[in-house]
Amino acid sequence: MPPKTMFQKIWDAHIVHQEDGKPTLLYVDLHLVHEVTSPQAFEGMREAGRSVRRPDLTVAVADHNVPTTGDRSAKVPIEDPTSAAQLDAMGRNAGEFGIEYYDMYSEDQGIVHIIGPEQGRTQPGMIIVCGDSHTSTHGAFGAIAMPVGTSQVEHVLATQCLVQAPLKTMEIRVNGTLPPRLTAKDVILGIIGEIGVDGAQGYAVEFTGSAIRALSMEGRLTVCNMSIEAGARVGMVAPDQTTFDYLRGRPHAPQGAAFDEAVARWRELPTDPGATYDAVVEIDASSLAPAVTWGTNPGMVVPVTGRVPDPATMASPAATAAAERALVYMGLEPNTPIQEITIDRVFIGSCTNSRIEDLRAAAAVVEGRHVASTVSAMVVPGSWRVKRQAEAEGLHEIFKAAGFDWREAGCSMCLAMNPDKLAPGERSASTSNRNFEGRQGPGGRTHLVSPPMAAAAAIAGHFVDIRDW
Amino acid sequence: MEPFKKITGVVAALNRVNVDTDQIIPAKHLKRIEKTGFGPFLFESWGKNADGTPNPDFELNAPSFAGASVLATGRNFGSGSSREHAVWALRDGGFSAVIAPSFADIFHKNCFENALVPVILPEPVVDGIMARANELTGYELTVDLETCEVSDSEGFRASFVVHQDPATHEFRRYCMLNGLDEIGLTMEHANAITAYEKARS
Repeated sequence: MPPKTMFQKIWDAHIVHQEDGKPTLLYVDLHLVHEVTSPQAFEGMREAGRSVRRPDLTVAVADHNVPTTGDRSAKVPIEDPTSAAQLDAMGRNAGEFGIEYYDMYSEDQGIVHIIGPEQGRTQPGMIIVCGDSHTSTHGAFGAIAMPVGTSQVEHVLATQCLVQAPLKTMEIRVNGTLPPRLTAKDVILGIIGEIGVDGAQGYAVEFTGSAIRALSMEGRLTVCNMSIEAGARVGMVAPDQTTFDYLRGRPHAPQGAAFDEAVARWRELPTDPGATYDAVVEIDASSLAPAVTWGTNPGMVVPVTGRVPDPATMASPAATAAAERALVYMGLEPNTPIQEITIDRVFIGSCTNSRIEDLRAAAAVVEGRHVASTVSAMVVPGSWRVKRQAEAEGLHEIFKAAGFDWREAGCSMCLAMNPDKLAPGERSASTSNRNFEGRQGPGGRTHLVSPPMAAAAAIAGHFVDIRDW
Repeated sequence: MEPFKKITGVVAALNRVNVDTDQIIPAKHLKRIEKTGFGPFLFESWGKNADGTPNPDFELNAPSFAGASVLATGRNFGSGSSREHAVWALRDGGFSAVIAPSFADIFHKNCFENALVPVILPEPVVDGIMARANELTGYELTVDLETCEVSDSEGFRASFVVHQDPATHEFRRYCMLNGLDEIGLTMEHANAITAYEKARS
């Protein structure tokens, strides 16, 4: 047998049908559904008189629209009628088509990419799809996790299969050791800064190397989460003992002897020695620094010790024009030191950075200090489970004592679909994944950073080098 | 899906790279549960001032682009979110084809599902199209999916693909030309799906 990449092994194990000149029909093990990208798919099913082929492999959750204020357990209704209508539609569709659904009042609710892993639903070797670009998150377990549009959501609901043309493979090898105080967020922002926002377009990326191996499961989830920000629909990390230890005992993971049998299978997944990728990128982890974005896409990023770049120094006229527009939108002057940029808001949350380790890292930075008087800051746990765990550890008291808002679980201020938004002109330090124009609210200005960097910026009122904290 | 053979229409030029789907259709408009009605919000953040009036500085608001059905733009068009609403908004806004040097992967796939033809041409060719669209009022191009050529009345002609992978290009072109429904195609393999499920259980 010729050596295979992990991607190829998982692909081959899921082929339902293939013929020359056509995309492959692949079987889907887990279909995650949320309220924003599914209503039109269910409507299409209804119009065609179709049923969901495998409701047992389909799980739905409310996350994008849900408000994070108030006491969720008190079941306060949603004020925004269009958000409420979309969530109502999700509930009706789940009921009508027999799909398990975590509504916003469920104690297992959370962001779709947080609850899959934490419940042990996301497992190595799977093909997972969701109508959401950050589906790549789940690849951290050694799975092909693929974002799809609404038409494909409908296709998977109806057939449990995905129609997929072959993807090229790219290895992104992160060698060496990550410096102290740096996080997985700095790794992935460093990678995107290096290869660009379309650097991995058309590829399935496997992250390898000693610095990736050394990451916790939660760190790997952060790295894979932002694969799409480099253009890759698929990001993955080979499963290892870290993966197995994380999964053991989770409610939807195999239990007892079945777990050990699963681990034996999962150990076969990593890329074989001698297998080749279509492209290889190498990054030296020791060269990385805490990352801060300055512009309007995640590739517009510099070390915290750097300055806002001068558009005139960009490599191409298109890049110069894009940088000029970005600086106008961001209200920044070329050559401004990053640490002189003051902020108004801090958001710690999103499917990128709202897991318990993220909250622990942020709490450690703010403990015994207070948010700057000029800053409004909030922490939004990724799920009810994360929230309960944080509260059991007393993290909420640390955040509240420091002047942070402690919120209920949801997508929150990552994408301005719920009441959490930046006002026009407001500037945020955010642990989310996109700094696009208006992403956190019309006219809002977003700087992407790691949780410790966001926490430190909240205290200082401007960006600071976490290594000096 | 409606079959697509050929269109001739006014070209609008949006000379920007990495245009993301949050710009094509802002998230606040994703709460609709229909596939229609997104057109008025297409490029809303760029195209409208805070008070809702048209922003005259936005390229696509130029009077010469009125009624455009072909959009020419920079590389990595449609990056970011998976929202198919971006494609629905472009279709609803009157566009039948987008010409760019490259498309972001999810957006690209979503185009095929909705008869929005993603025309891939080399960057210098796209730059030339954008330049002509900006210079010549009402500049028109014909996008012919049967011959895979774009052409204008002045003799410009260029061959395009809808996907960089030749087999995928041919398959997607065939599906769009014939308006094939992907679920229907997959249903033809229902026995293979059942067999796969049996083998795994």
